[in-house]
Formats: sequence, structure tokens, C-alpha cells
Amino acid sequence: MGHFRLRRSTILPLAVLLGLLLVWEVAVRVFRIPVYLLPAPSEIWRETAAIPQRTIENTVATLETVLLGFAVSVLVSLPIAVMIAYSRWFAEAVYPLLVFTQSIPKVALAPILVVAIGANELPRVIVTFLVAFFPLVISAATGLLATPKELCELGRCHMASWWQELAYIRFPYAVPYVFSGVKVAITLAVVGAVVGEFVAADRGLGYMITSSAAYFRTPLAYGAMVLLSLMGIVLFQVVVVIEKVFFPWSVGIAQHDQRAG
Amino acid sequence: MIEFHAVDKIFSTVDGEPVPALNDVTLTIPRNQFLSVVGPSGCGKSTLLRLIAGLLSPTQGNVSIEGELVNGPRPDLGFVFQAPTLLPWSSVLDNVLFPLRLMRRITPESVNAAKEFLGLVGLADFEQRYPAELSGGMQQRVAICRALLHHPSVLLMDEPFGALDALTREEIALELLRIWEAQPKTVVFVTHSISEAVLLSDRVIVMTPRPGRVLADIGVRLARPRTFDLDRDPEFQRCTHAIRDLIFGVRPTSGTGEKAWVTSG
Repeated sequence: MGHFRLRRSTILPLAVLLGLLLVWEVAVRVFRIPVYLLPAPSEIWRETAAIPQRTIENTVATLETVLLGFAVSVLVSLPIAVMIAYSRWFAEAVYPLLVFTQSIPKVALAPILVVAIGANELPRVIVTFLVAFFPLVISAATGLLATPKELCELGRCHMASWWQELAYIRFPYAVPYVFSGVKVAITLAVVGAVVGEFVAADRGLGYMITSSAAYFRTPLAYGAMVLLSLMGIVLFQVVVVIEKVFFPWSVGIAQHDQRAG
Repeated sequence: MIEFHAVDKIFSTVDGEPVPALNDVTLTIPRNQFLSVVGPSGCGKSTLLRLIAGLLSPTQGNVSIEGELVNGPRPDLGFVFQAPTLLPWSSVLDNVLFPLRLMRRITPESVNAAKEFLGLVGLADFEQRYPAELSGGMQQRVAICRALLHHPSVLLMDEPFGALDALTREEIALELLRIWEAQPKTVVFVTHSISEAVLLSDRVIVMTPRPGRVLADIGVRLARPRTFDLDRDPEFQRCTHAIRDLIFGVRPTSGTGEKAWVTSG
């Protein structure tokens, strides 16, 4: 029974997707919709696959921005989360600023950054970072602060330094929280990278969308969009696998919470 | 020897209002004594333990162990909490070794000692399992092993069997007594159960409701080794009745809530 349900849960959504693509394809052909308005799935595939090298280059360029921005956001957010967890002063001083950075519309910020820094990789990475780091800070700080008081007392009882308490107790405890933040952040990083590319780029999938759309090469724009969503899905799954392989207890706790809730 | 000298402990709420937890506690616990502390919820029993552990410091007065003032955690002390408080990401064996890891004292011998200890409480086959795979009683046994592995001279237990069912509770209590008789140490045992306190201890301290003061100090003259059929012994009856009267004398049974903390076992 469980085996059957597992197969059904994979097959059903795939079948629905294929059905929708078929409806789309047939509708475009029957109603003779112009290709620059709505290209058929087959047309999107043909046009995108026709320039494999440029498509791959653009995908790699965006992936670079995403990973770079994401890495920076992890490196910046974890120390901030630790300081928030350990110092009430720091938390009170910095929280409003964090919320402020979140309320800046990143699309509005991107052109300003280009003026200030120049049209290179840096403004795109900064935008990606700004989009991705907030959920990371919040989830990591929440996890560090959610550590049961008794676990910390156990550490203090055995003369743990603050560093040991962080490394052996609080941080491992926060891992499931950190991962839920990472899952949000990695998907947002893709959005951030594309926003950066919209404003200033000569490559990348975001650039591919704006430039194709400008020349009414709509199928290519659609192709880039599909690649972007695939990138988001793949990156998300990579995070899921990393969590499962390296932090199996974290997944167990998440499942337990789900059952309990 | 653990000494409390005129100890007051006052907490303050978020609004800065003082909440007295302990009031003028003077108490001497001789070396290797098994002492239980009973009293209503919120009478400062846990605070008492945390003062000995050096996790809290007294507002007035002082606490000393072997003549040395307690001003912070000490290496020769073990603590068992009400919840097993195990690290969910570590195996049973690593959990038992955790205090030694923090104190950077893990040796091949200590690993063997940990395995031996787990065998002693019937968990030899579980050393590589994770806490989530264990029952509540097994988890608490792991926590007891963890508190004892570094041979502390003082063992502090904060309602360690509170979350267990009655049968497991008796079993682990007897195991604890066996270990204590083999490796004598000073035990301060906080409990809600009067019969448990009498059965395990050399001496029972009864505390008043908040702020906690020592209301009575009762010696238990029961022979060791103790077993659970002692509950028909007249000395057992005398002690439990005396304690029950003391507690109910202070807080008459007007509501149903009071019964909750006086479980007879």
C-alpha cells in the first residue's frame, strides 16, 4: 500500500504536468496564437536547444551569481545570528536594521548599486546576498535561542566555555532551524540573481530573458524561465540531500515535529 | 561535606520585581549521605541544587563544598535533570562521554568505563543507538550514566524520575541505590514523591512553600540495602506519615491541586 502510494504520488503530478503541456501545445496550434505572444512548448524547446552553448553559458553565469551570493549570505548571517543569540544588546541594536534591509525593494536597489559599483558581478552578488541572508539570520538565531535551558546548564555544569557551548550544544541544536532557513534562502537567491541580471548584465538567464523579450524572441525567454525554475528546484533538492546525508538527526526531528503537529 | 550558611536567593521578574525563592537556608550534608528534598512546587528545591552546582549564586549567605566556597561549576559534580536532556545528534555512548569531552578528559579507558557503565544499567546493546530510539526510562538511565562516569563526589538529581511511569521508576531507583552503594558519593535528590524520598534516603529535608525554608529534617533509620517491600516497615510508615503531616500542616488540602505533588509512589 505504501509502495503504491509512493508511486502514485510521483506519477500523478507528472501526468497532470504532461496533460497541461499537451493542452497548451494543442491550444496554440488550434487557435494559431502568434509565437511572440505565446510560444508552444515544442517551440520553446526547439529555440532554446538550437543555441546550446549560449544557453549553457547563461545558466552557468546565473548559477555562479546564485552560489556566490548564497555563500556570502551564509558567511555573513551565521556570525550575526550567533551575536544576536549571545547578546541582547546586539540583538536590540541590530534587529531593526535587519528588518530595514529587508524592506528595501531589491529591484529598486539594483540600479543604484550599478551606479555606485559599476556594471560587474559585484552588484548582482550583493542583491542576491541581500535577498537571501535575512531568512538565514532569523532561522539560525531562532534555533540558537531555542536550545533548551537544561542542555545549556548541562554544558555549564561541566565547565563548557561559551565556544564549546556554541559548537557542541547550541549550533547542533540549531541545525534543523538553519536548514529550514537555507531552503528558503537558496530559492530566494535565484530570484535575487535574476533581479541583478535584469538591471545590469551581459550574460545570465535573467539577461537572456530581457534581451530575448526585447527582440520578440519569446520562446527563448520562456526557455530561460524554465531553466531558472529548474535551477531553483535542483538547488533546493541539493540542500535536502545534504541535510539528509550529513545531518540525519535534523531530518528526523523535522519529521517528528510534523507528526506531532 | 556540603554546607549552606544562611542562604537567601531572590530572583527578579522581567519587571524587576523581587521573587524570593529561598529564605535563610542553613544545612549541612555530610559526605556520602543520600539526602532527599521534598516540598511543594516552587519551594526552591531546584534552586537549592543549582546553588550547589554553581549554576546560580546566592543573594545572601554562602554555599561551600568541602570547606571551599562555591563560586562556579566544579569538575567533581554530576547533575541529572528531570528530562533526560540528551543530545539528539549523538549516540548513547557519545552522550555518556559528553561531560568528559567538554572537560577534554576522554581516554580509551574512559570509553571502556562508559561501555561498562551502560552494561550495568542494561544498555550494552544500545551504545550506538540514538536517544530518539530509546524509551523514556532508557534515556534517563543514559543520563544517570553520563552524570556518574567522571566519578563525581557529589550527585545532584532534580526530580530525575518525575517523567517515568511507576514501574520504571522503581526499577531505576533500585539501580541507582546499587550504584550508590558500590560507589558512595553525596547525593542530593529532589523529588515530589514522599515514599521515594524515604525509600532511597538517609535523611529527608522538608521545605516550606515559597520562599523555601527548611521546615523539618527527618532521619530515615531503615537498614540497607533497601528494597521496595520496605513500605510495610513501621519506620517507613513513621517517616512518610511525618512528612505528609508536615506538608499538609503547612498547606491544608483545600483544593485538588495540592494532591498532585504528594504522590505516594
